[in-house]
Amino acid sequence: MADHAQAEHKEHNLAIFRGRLKFKNNVQKIWGVLIFLSLVTCVEVALGYIKPDFLNGHFLALKYLNWIFIILTLVKAYYITWDFMHMRDEVSGLRRAVVWTAVFLIIYLIALLLVEGDYIYEIYKNAAVSSDF
Amino acid sequence: METTVAATGTEGQMWGGGKSPLGASYGKLMMWFFILSDALTFTGFLAAYGFSRFKFIEEWPLADEVFNHFPFMHGVDAPMFYVALMTFVLIGSSVTMVLAVDAGHHMNRKKVSFYLLLTIIGGLIFVGSQAWEWKNFIAGEYGAVQTTGGNILQFVDTNGDRVALEEFVNVGPRDVQAYGDNQGIWYESSGDLGTTYTIEEVRAGFATRPDLLIRTQHLIVNEETGASEKTILSREESAFKLENQAVKVVEGANLTENEYGVPLFADFFFFITGFHGFHVFSGIIFNLIVFFNVLLGTYERRGSYEMVEKVGLYWHFVDLVWVFVFTFFYLV
Repeated sequence: MADHAQAEHKEHNLAIFRGRLKFKNNVQKIWGVLIFLSLVTCVEVALGYIKPDFLNGHFLALKYLNWIFIILTLVKAYYITWDFMHMRDEVSGLRRAVVWTAVFLIIYLIALLLVEGDYIYEIYKNAAVSSDF
Repeated sequence: METTVAATGTEGQMWGGGKSPLGASYGKLMMWFFILSDALTFTGFLAAYGFSRFKFIEEWPLADEVFNHFPFMHGVDAPMFYVALMTFVLIGSSVTMVLAVDAGHHMNRKKVSFYLLLTIIGGLIFVGSQAWEWKNFIAGEYGAVQTTGGNILQFVDTNGDRVALEEFVNVGPRDVQAYGDNQGIWYESSGDLGTTYTIEEVRAGFATRPDLLIRTQHLIVNEETGASEKTILSREESAFKLENQAVKVVEGANLTENEYGVPLFADFFFFITGFHGFHVFSGIIFNLIVFFNVLLGTYERRGSYEMVEKVGLYWHFVDLVWVFVFTFFYLV
């Protein structure tokens, strides 16, 4: 049992950014990922505080700014899962079983509910009865 | 043994049995699949939040105005900084957790216990911060009035800056003596006395301050900047609304009404951050149990610190969820 557990964790994949950044050991990689996640969070907070006017345009019913927030969040989620939860070191079967299932169901659920929410907004907006009273 | 198992012709292959094809122990696999299902639960909540937000797309409260407190900086407008700090605390505790896992791989009991302790402290700071956030949210800051239709009207001066009820409303005579908090609860039978001011007192106060205007929860797009802003009514419209449509005073937030706008906003805030906070809390309990087991040498004797890894996965998941809650409640 002991040997088994040891053998499983002997190797960590120490490269991030598709192999562009390599670390000497796992502890160093952890700090590297922390720095990266902190930077991304700082960018998010700065953008959220300043809210630059030129990011107020819309793409697919969302502001550019909100798209940036969502993409940065997904980036953070990737590195938390891949490096803190060591998904990078798992075999592809486990990775796909967890990630593909989640990604498919989450996109499905979100698409359904947001379209429905927008539909109800239109109904309210065009209703004969005002809600402003 | 061999006589009871039929030969399938798959012996020796990856999925032929006798191997762990996913390269992970049973416990770790099940933790991953629990996390998957829990992630879908949170997705359900956040998608429902998105649904309501799209439904009230022109009325949703602006997060900057709701979450703008920072400890020891009373009255300073500091949107998001406190939650950003909470995010750093949680990411930091994620790092100490993964360091504990790493130390576990090296069978270093001292380091594992040290990093686990840091993780627990980080978690406690986070839960405490969340409690403080809830306290501010529930207490409210400015107060507002609600119309018959359930819409929220807030008060601003001619510059568009928010004005609190206490700045212009005087408490008039009460036909019954309101009890203090330590003497009894008085909500059901006393109507308006559940709040500090009555709607008549707000109307009287509004009349004495000609510079006051009403801001509705309706969002309009500023043509110049493209940003969303709340509609500010003219003095006449404001007076009309207050006189004819306002029915009650709202201070702070609860599950049925809140001074920030659409009641669902408060419901989702309580429910999603509450459910997340509950996860953090249970994560702290798991970490504590594992921490004491580390101190007792349980995993040393077992020859593997895999249990640290499993609670570690849960702890990182809690961090992962927070990243999304942070985005959808505070940024977007």
